[in-house]
Amino acid sequence: MISSNGSSRGTETPLIAGLPGPWIAIGMAVLLALYPLAMNTLGEDFYIGVGSRVLILALAASALNLALGYGGMISLGHAAFLGAGGYAVAILAKHGVVAAWIALPLAVGVAAAAALLIGAISLRTRGVYFIMITLAFAQLFYYLAISLPEFGGDDGLPLAARSLVPGLSLEGDLAFYYFVYFTAGLAFLLLYRLVASRFGRALVAIRENERRMAAIGYPVYRLKLMAFALSGGLAGLAGALLANLSMGVTPHTLTWHQSGILMVMVIIGGSGYFWGGLVGAAIFLILEETISGYTEHWNLVLGALLLFIVIVAPNGVMSLRERLRRLPQGTRVATIPACEEKA
Amino acid sequence: MLYLILEQALNGLQYGLMLFLLAAGLTLVFGIMDLINLAHGSLYMIGAFLTAAFFQALQSFFPALLLAILATAAIGVILERLLYRRLQGMNHLSQVLATFALILIANETIKIIFGAQPLMIGMPASLSGAVELVADELYYPAYRLLIIGVGLTVALGLYLLVNRTRVGMWMRAGASNPQMAAVMGVRIKPMFTFVFALGAALCALAGALLGPLLAVSVGMGESILIPAFEVIVIGGIGSMRGALVGALLVGMIDTVGRLVLTFGLKLVVASGTAATLGPTLASMMVSLLMVGVLFFRPQGLFPARG
Repeated sequence: MISSNGSSRGTETPLIAGLPGPWIAIGMAVLLALYPLAMNTLGEDFYIGVGSRVLILALAASALNLALGYGGMISLGHAAFLGAGGYAVAILAKHGVVAAWIALPLAVGVAAAAALLIGAISLRTRGVYFIMITLAFAQLFYYLAISLPEFGGDDGLPLAARSLVPGLSLEGDLAFYYFVYFTAGLAFLLLYRLVASRFGRALVAIRENERRMAAIGYPVYRLKLMAFALSGGLAGLAGALLANLSMGVTPHTLTWHQSGILMVMVIIGGSGYFWGGLVGAAIFLILEETISGYTEHWNLVLGALLLFIVIVAPNGVMSLRERLRRLPQGTRVATIPACEEKA
Repeated sequence: MLYLILEQALNGLQYGLMLFLLAAGLTLVFGIMDLINLAHGSLYMIGAFLTAAFFQALQSFFPALLLAILATAAIGVILERLLYRRLQGMNHLSQVLATFALILIANETIKIIFGAQPLMIGMPASLSGAVELVADELYYPAYRLLIIGVGLTVALGLYLLVNRTRVGMWMRAGASNPQMAAVMGVRIKPMFTFVFALGAALCALAGALLGPLLAVSVGMGESILIPAFEVIVIGGIGSMRGALVGALLVGMIDTVGRLVLTFGLKLVVASGTAATLGPTLASMMVSLLMVGVLFFRPQGLFPARG
């Protein structure tokens, strides 16, 4: 029903370009599996932890990418789901539940439920209203976290120990990296299946032309809500892993600054491209690591960089390849239509 | 109790009017230029810091306030010319990102210039006392009364500007259909610059007036941005009347709700918990109000574009 060239602007939009080829995926998986071993042999064990962080935030950014890049839903509140997952793990741990097989699925469930609720209301609106209402909802979570003593208030909740996986100690950096690697890997596999499925295609088509999809009988609201809930759930998984990495959660995870950073990662990488979240998170965190080594005013550099990106390459790094390929033909590069729709 | 509520209602009015100053600029810039400006709160912060800086130089509040307003408006003009004009044709996502970048730049620049410590602005001595509103029962700070007065005056002025003047007519025309307005002879670009500078000036006014009450600190713009957004969503984007009604609603609910909820909660839970939970629930009620309004009237209470 949805042919790849059925859309009137099929050649301009990354309907297929967003999906990775199998060899790139395998190469990426091998590379990421070898990374900590290489760091270990080089004696740079510190960078194994950095690697875990990159993977976790790549997962969070990719989760946002599902809603933002594929679904065209500009959510400025995804930190709420990240935080929901983190707080779920921390609160469970506080009450003595540390088994990973309970904590992680529960964190995902809590975040997905929150996303379902927020999405159900927010998706009644569109455009700028959607941006603002997701922002306001995330702020609700932030207020809750800082004011409930149960949640540790301003100080957040520390985690006494990392989640327990039978037969594996996660306390070491290397073991934890591989735990993150497999968990995030599964999530990426799920994301791939989602994006490549009829559901994913329908989602992209809705992003392209919502009214047309509604007219030919797709349940637009339900599909968008599903995507939003899935996106929230995966962000919750990232939050749960993040809490395990940093041994605790703070309300800072819930600030809209964090939502903005996730969005920045997606855009740097390329929204609507499968690897957009991963590439964006890696570039962002590596830049942060490097630049903050030279100056404490990393945010200034980040801000300037972002302005540059927005004005010069609004579609992110992943789109550069196509831009370069297209330049000789003199065709103008289209902006990702996901975001063209206005209130 | 009655006077306590009355006092809180005045506080709510004052907070609401300050929110209005911010929301008015936000809603004008969005309604007329179709531009979502997350960095609006940064202009408020810049206004407050400039007031503090001028105050330290001049040791006098009102001249400092005037200078800060002019300087912030000038910054607004520069920003509009250099950046916002370019952003105007872009999609909302790019606007969100670019203005998010501006927030980072503004916060860091302020931190470099003024340091991370909050600054204080001294209250003008003549206004530091309290006014007796009800004999022996209700004293209210003169300075807060001044804020209320200024807020009401500005609200009236903006209403007259938008609805009764030629510039206002151009603004309304530009808001409903910029192309058509341009064809009919409205000079759209200078008007956009004017609107943006006006928004920046209102931000600076709010920042300067609130300076003596709050600490002037980095990031202060972000905490007030969310309520300001809630205000314009509740009121209807682009609508001046909506911004005023929304701001007063939000101000009242937040301030009076805080008192009533804390008091009510104390009957149910321990007073320590109530003291932290009350304000939270009040803030949440504002968000819930926004959700409710959007649910029944997705365009806000007073939609600007029919």
